[in-house]
Amino acid sequence: MSDLRVHVEGVGLWSPQLADFGALRSLLAGQTPEPPPARPTAATLPPNERRRAPASVLLAIEAAGQAVAMSGRDAATLACVFASSHGDQPITDYMCATLARAPAELSPIRFHNSVHNAAVGYWTIATGCHAPSTAVAAQAASFGAGLLEAVGQVLAEQRPVLLVCSDSAGSGPLTEITGCTQPFACALVLAPAAGTATLARLDLQLVPSQPDDALPGPLAGWRRGNPSASSLALLAMLAGNAGSCRLAAAPALGLQIAMEKVA
Amino acid sequence: MPHVMTPLAVTAHTATSALGRGLAAQLDALRGERSGLRPNDFSSAPLACWIGRVDGLEAAALPAAFAPWDCRNNRLAWLGLNQDGFLDRVHAARARYGANRVALLLGTSTASIGATEEAYRRLDADGGFPDDMLRPAIHTPHSLTAFVTAVLALEGPCLTVSTACSSSAKVFASAERMLRLGLIDAAVVGGVDTLCDSVLFGFNALELVSPEPCRPFDAARNGISIGEAAGFALLERIDIAPEAPRLLGYGESSDAHHMSTPHPQGLGAELALNDALARAGLDPAQVGYINLHGTASQKNDEVEAALVARAFPATTRASSTKGFTGHTLGAAGIVEAAVALQAIEHGLVPGNLGGDAPDPVCGAQFAWHNEQQRIDVALSNSFGFGGNNACLAFARAEFAA
Repeated sequence: MSDLRVHVEGVGLWSPQLADFGALRSLLAGQTPEPPPARPTAATLPPNERRRAPASVLLAIEAAGQAVAMSGRDAATLACVFASSHGDQPITDYMCATLARAPAELSPIRFHNSVHNAAVGYWTIATGCHAPSTAVAAQAASFGAGLLEAVGQVLAEQRPVLLVCSDSAGSGPLTEITGCTQPFACALVLAPAAGTATLARLDLQLVPSQPDDALPGPLAGWRRGNPSASSLALLAMLAGNAGSCRLAAAPALGLQIAMEKVA
Repeated sequence: MPHVMTPLAVTAHTATSALGRGLAAQLDALRGERSGLRPNDFSSAPLACWIGRVDGLEAAALPAAFAPWDCRNNRLAWLGLNQDGFLDRVHAARARYGANRVALLLGTSTASIGATEEAYRRLDADGGFPDDMLRPAIHTPHSLTAFVTAVLALEGPCLTVSTACSSSAKVFASAERMLRLGLIDAAVVGGVDTLCDSVLFGFNALELVSPEPCRPFDAARNGISIGEAAGFALLERIDIAPEAPRLLGYGESSDAHHMSTPHPQGLGAELALNDALARAGLDPAQVGYINLHGTASQKNDEVEAALVARAFPATTRASSTKGFTGHTLGAAGIVEAAVALQAIEHGLVPGNLGGDAPDPVCGAQFAWHNEQQRIDVALSNSFGFGGNNACLAFARAEFAA
């Protein structure tokens, strides 16, 4: 089987320490980037939606908006793959706590925000996107599995795809179970062909799974605090000039990814 | 518009719902126009509504080897996998292609959130999960797929699609793309959702639950009845099974309108339909039967009936089977795909149970009672919260578009 080749046109990233992809570059260059405001801006959302949307949605949309802006693409034209290992943990915590105490008091808004595809729903509504959109999960391999799903759409349909992977921090008793201690989101705009916006070329192969490579020094330990941060292996590579990395895509399946910078 | 796709063979499939275990029970209930809905007897504080409950899950613990996965949703998955010889067919595919060449792509809306709800009802003195619930693998959206991966011993791509009520329709699209790219040689697709307080009280809070058995497309419909179900299908290339029914096409779209209300003109639903017809190379007049999403919510049925009326001739028959099964949420796509495949195999157009006083917006396409006729092509619609739409197209092996 030949390599799966896609082109990266945009990169988005948000964590409490890193406001965007530029901040990651600066961290990896040994600097101390200015941390972002406590709440992601998510400027793609209209102000009333920004007030209503839960934090998990703001987190995903912040990263998505950054990646799409970098690509110069019209968001309405992009198919969307939004991945998350745990979905909105504060809402799960709220729902389970309320159902245990007073089920009839469950908030209808929080219920409809609890669906795994809430973030991609808000995104398609805000951007007027009628393209196919999906929300996926694969436990600790959610980024790799989401990347494989996105690459499949890019190549099979020959269309650009927005990939987002995000997890909010845990809340309440659930935190002990998920181990999610900090929020993290990233996004990529992937295209089938090279163009003026191409930043890098990725060649992917399916391989038997192996443990993920260690992350560069300043990022060591981030994966423990958030499964979506497993994407940092690829993002750190994109911050450099060339390289390769391995990511889990399933319990017994890995992705071998070679990256080459373009322009 | 997409290119016409190479059809795939549906070499095995199965469904388990309130209609019973496996395809024969489903067919029997459809033929008898017998609903599986019952007054709500689920949970410690049951709402006054009707539900589509699968009998016997409480007594059907998982085999000891899978005990750490035990929860209602995985019990239903196990029950579903053990019907219609499905496990044997997957084992044969795994032997033929290799475990790493078979994907597992499952849809679910809430996975085993019921187990997380239970843990919160039984928090220990320190406010933490009780010891028997300290099982991270079941308190996550991927619980179902990870469990089924373990049961089937598959080593290929493995993904949970969770787009609310379109989840287990969209997995067919993912499978087709991976097969087309040569990443895999077969895919197990499907989905499972089980009754839990989150969906019963959640839809109730949205005032979308009917106090009576749901009445899709009835003028006096007043909401959904929630059900639970498991269903699976095995997809392979057609050269391996030239006689098997086929996945002819699929369509996906986004409404870009509202989180919990469909687009008022059915824009997203129509885009998904047109995408599916184009991929399948079909004219609307070639469609014999459409299994509608038809939840019995005011808005969904109004919008979907109008779409059927403007897009199809009267020779295309249409019905919702939610009056039989209830709305099985993330499992609706696969259960209703199984109904569409039975329509083709048995020439049965199931009647739209519960539509006693049809909404005037419904056209001549609606089958209010069972009809017996040859069906070559059948569609299945699935629409979810967030404006997430999917449409599947199936055909008998001999059909040529």
